[in-house]
Amino acid sequence: MESFLNRYRNITVLLLVIFAQLVLLAVDAKNDQHVRFIRVWTVTLVSPLARLMEGMRGSSIGFVHNYITLHDSDAENRRLRAENDRLKLDKIFLSNELNRAENAKALQIFQQRTPSKTLAASVFSTGIGSSRKVVYVDRGSVSGVMREMAVVTPDGIIGKVTAVYPTAAEVLLITDPMFAAGVVSAKTHVHGTLKGNGTSQCKVDFVAFEDKVDPGDWFYTSGDDRIFPRGMPVGVVKAVHPGQPYREITLDPAGMAGGSPDDVLIVLEGVHQDIPDTPPATQQVYLAPAPPPLAEPASLTAAAPADGTAPAPIAAPHGSPGTEADKARALYQKTADSEDIVLGGGPTGQNIKRPPDFTKIPVDPRTATQAGGAAAPAVAPVQPGVQPPAKKGTAAPTPTKSTAPATPPDAVRRANQAGGPGGIPQP
Amino acid sequence: MNYSDGRMLLSSQREGQVSRFNLWVTILVPFLALLFQIYVPLFFRFLNFLEMPLLIVVYLGLMRRNPISGLFVGAAVGLAQDAWSKNPLGMFGITKTLVGYFAASIGMKLDVDNVLMRFLLAFFFYVFHQSFYWVMEHALLNQQSPFDMPAWLGLGVLNALVGAALFHFLDKLRVTAR
Repeated sequence: MESFLNRYRNITVLLLVIFAQLVLLAVDAKNDQHVRFIRVWTVTLVSPLARLMEGMRGSSIGFVHNYITLHDSDAENRRLRAENDRLKLDKIFLSNELNRAENAKALQIFQQRTPSKTLAASVFSTGIGSSRKVVYVDRGSVSGVMREMAVVTPDGIIGKVTAVYPTAAEVLLITDPMFAAGVVSAKTHVHGTLKGNGTSQCKVDFVAFEDKVDPGDWFYTSGDDRIFPRGMPVGVVKAVHPGQPYREITLDPAGMAGGSPDDVLIVLEGVHQDIPDTPPATQQVYLAPAPPPLAEPASLTAAAPADGTAPAPIAAPHGSPGTEADKARALYQKTADSEDIVLGGGPTGQNIKRPPDFTKIPVDPRTATQAGGAAAPAVAPVQPGVQPPAKKGTAAPTPTKSTAPATPPDAVRRANQAGGPGGIPQP
Repeated sequence: MNYSDGRMLLSSQREGQVSRFNLWVTILVPFLALLFQIYVPLFFRFLNFLEMPLLIVVYLGLMRRNPISGLFVGAAVGLAQDAWSKNPLGMFGITKTLVGYFAASIGMKLDVDNVLMRFLLAFFFYVFHQSFYWVMEHALLNQQSPFDMPAWLGLGVLNALVGAALFHFLDKLRVTAR
């Protein structure tokens, strides 16, 4: 080191002296902004170095932080997962609150409209065990609730109070097998007894076989049970099966359509109402347009007559579209057309020349066989192959199928007249 | 011209003689040069072109042939000139430090008693002094002064002429030693 300094002594001293004078110059001189050059130079010299070092430090720390240690990734992942779970719960909670608010609003409107005195209650618990369908509401004897009070919603009845406590009450749902209530159908006013069957559906018992109940009919409370006031909706008929001696009617309870409701109304003082003629459907029903008419099969059209006139259609046989009334009307119309008589043209005797001969109406062989015996049909069976006297210009019907045996028309007419209530006895 | 036989380069360092000066000469001559530089142009503006402290530094450096001594003389003269001028301290100091160092370094290689050599060296160091001062103004002080090389060359010739005469006069003040 000493030899180095001796060798480069001159230049070393030169540099030291120049450096000392540079420092002196920097301390003494100021720039245009009256900042000493020692500060300007120091900042100018240090800034790039500091920026370079800071860049290297940041890059190194960032690299180590992001790729080597992954310091916060796990914690942040856990935090995001927890936050995501909490947001999901909040979403569910808010959705439920919104539904409850809508239900509460519907309950309030129904409570104002119904003449019965009701008390709003919330379901806070369900009964233990899968066999019993009971819920508990937050209203009890303190609020005036008593046993056997009806529990309803705007959509329909829910159940009845089976046990009362000071601040709570037990409600037996209509889906419970032990539940029963008197109901009546809206269309035909058929009375029955609503019973639960342990599922989401109910059944209506004690509806006689001859009583007419169809799927889609609405049932309302009849008020006979002295629990539910008359006129409250119960549900719509899902299926009807014949049974002896009563029909088996399955019913979808309207009040339990979305499961057990959260808010209900307890009927404190019931007021009977009329059974509405229209179903209490508040939702619009989409009705598809009628299908286009089917093309008539060639086998069902009459054969073209020899004179070239248009063939006349014949009555649709069994299995063709149309009701029984349509088929009967078609038969009568065909008979009238064959006799050149306009049906519905005016009072009898004014616009028609003569009454049509309905004894020439062709009949289904199965109907003829059923009508044989003591109870003769009102219309005499006619052999399909027999043709009425055709007039010029009219088409003679020619059935394409002929399965019935050939019978003389006069003999059939006589037998028909003899079998009737006012028939003439045959010799 | 006492030691010169027409050669400009020394064949060996032994041929060069180290001129010694009395202390009062080393102090008084630069001081007088500074006074001349400060006050004479006030009365004789046409003498403003003379850079008398530079010529003294060049002469002392060439004659003493000691780079360290030369740089210290240059630094002292330059700082004193800065102190009497409006320049920040160090501008003339750094420039004349380098001039004194290079002059002493070159004096060991050249026959500084040759008049032509003295003229050339005085011219060269004047141009170097002006150029380096301009560079420092731009680099360190961020001042925009004109780069007037033709004027520097002309003034360098004038200063070299004055310097050659001045050096001849100053030779009378040295103490020669072997």
